Amino acid sequence: MLVAGAASPSLTGNLVEDVRQLFVYPFMVNAFRAGTIVAVLAGVIGWFMVLRKQSFAGHTLAVVGFPGAAGATLLGIGALYGYFTFCVAAAVGIALLPSARGRGFSEENAITGTIGAFFLACGFLFISLYKGFLDGVNSLLFGSFLGITNQQVVVLAVVAAVGLGAMALMGRPLLFASIDADVAQARSVPVRALGVAFLILLGLAAAEASQITGSLLVFALLVMPPATAQRLTTRPASSLALTVGIGLLVTWLGLAAAYYSPYPIGFWVTTFAFAAYLLSHLAGAGLVRRRAPVVAPSVGRADVPSRVDR
Amino acid sequence: MTDVDVLSLTGAAIDVGGRRLWTDVDLTVRSGEFVAVLGPNGVGKSTLVKAILGLLPLATGQATVLGQRPGQANERIGYLPQRRSFDPSLRVRGIDVVRLGLSGDRWGITVPLRSSARSRRRVSEDRLTEVIELVGAAPYAQRPIGQLSGGEQQRLLIAQALVRRPALLLLDEPLDSLDLPNQGSVAALISRICRDEGVSVMMVAHDVNPILSYLDRVVYIAQGGVASGTPTEVITGDTLTRLYGTPIEVLTTSDGRMVVVGQPEAPAHHSDRHGGH
Repeated sequence: MLVAGAASPSLTGNLVEDVRQLFVYPFMVNAFRAGTIVAVLAGVIGWFMVLRKQSFAGHTLAVVGFPGAAGATLLGIGALYGYFTFCVAAAVGIALLPSARGRGFSEENAITGTIGAFFLACGFLFISLYKGFLDGVNSLLFGSFLGITNQQVVVLAVVAAVGLGAMALMGRPLLFASIDADVAQARSVPVRALGVAFLILLGLAAAEASQITGSLLVFALLVMPPATAQRLTTRPASSLALTVGIGLLVTWLGLAAAYYSPYPIGFWVTTFAFAAYLLSHLAGAGLVRRRAPVVAPSVGRADVPSRVDR
Repeated sequence: MTDVDVLSLTGAAIDVGGRRLWTDVDLTVRSGEFVAVLGPNGVGKSTLVKAILGLLPLATGQATVLGQRPGQANERIGYLPQRRSFDPSLRVRGIDVVRLGLSGDRWGITVPLRSSARSRRRVSEDRLTEVIELVGAAPYAQRPIGQLSGGEQQRLLIAQALVRRPALLLLDEPLDSLDLPNQGSVAALISRICRDEGVSVMMVAHDVNPILSYLDRVVYIAQGGVASGTPTEVITGDTLTRLYGTPIEVLTTSDGRMVVVGQPEAPAHHSDRHGGH
């Protein structure tokens, strides 16, 4: 995975020394900066995406980013700008699609899938037009942490700040509209406008996540951390905080593992996020078993002694 | 009970998709009254509720809601839409759904740094506890709402509608998809809230029997027209037979309760087994 020719880093076994070594090269410092920014934004937006059941929209937006990135590379401008342009344009497009209930995107929208597939094919065309670029396909689709410039880190940070600011402003009404659209609408919450705004923010988050995980693995940061957190807690604030925490952890671990191993970043981040999800299922099952007697109605008095035995 | 009109409609008609759903509806809800809007499915009862909330315009007629035009006073209305139950995978607690009724329409985030903000938060937490106890949902308010039964969800949603101390509760088929014992207990709960909290209630229903003994006034909407008045005036075999165009009898039980027999929808139809819609 690392730059060819450079001496391959190896673990010393000393944790402090290994962590210090991670930050020796400026490209790794930028990778950590970018990864941190992306994990926070993707976590917050992804949490709402999972709650709103818009994972399919998130995936489609990310896939549409791929031809954008390939096209931008073909034109000689950074892939990041291609991701942003195409993801946001696609978000606006999906938001404008007529939907049955008049409240933005709905899962069953076959048009979304159709357009997603077409854009993926366009990306493949751009890549074959740009000869010699074929090595880059993997990083566009499955992620890379190499060659992130200072300027790109600034762009990522500014976009994330705008996205998080917007979420801070509209988070509560968006939660209301997501859970209880009819009542929210009667309370003058602009349900439809919030849906459109959220799709655009989802486009931004998918574009940022693509920078680290590639177009196809964005779910590692958009779906897995919130799905894990929502298994572990049902309190919105803790769940949101836990999502960001898990996202940061799997990104940092993934970067470190990719640095010290010959295997790519996309694989590592996804694997760590998947491990967290599996652990949450085990922990969740354990919690349910331990809590079951408390939740059980008091009519079940007969089984009290057996509980004490445990 | 004072004679202030909380809600009044005169000569109201509404068009949906180019079709006139109903016409010449006169309806009054006075302060502290429990009023039912009855009629078969598809006659436009939910549309009436949406018109009262100002979400749909009236084609003709006048409407006044809490002294204002429809939609202007929604702050003071507790609204319970026709349900759909929550997705079983929704990992949000019941109490959080109730809390949305209190602060869900507020923009931005509040960081309770100042003591005034902290005391405000305490007041709203107290109100949440109070309203959840009022509907008897305390034992399960901390559990994910998707995992609760239809009756439990409905109690929490009534708490959500009540949490801001509304002057008027608009309930759209709150007994739909509940089993018979739950229909009875939720109807009793709504009646108790109406009397004890002084909230006017307008409830839309297609089956009158579970609420009949609590009602101050009924409005019947059917294809044939509209009839409104006190239950004894409206709920007669002749009136209902004329409205529905099918023979309907009103019987009186030994303990003095009225029972409507022969409606298009029999109560047994609405058990939890059909709760999926």
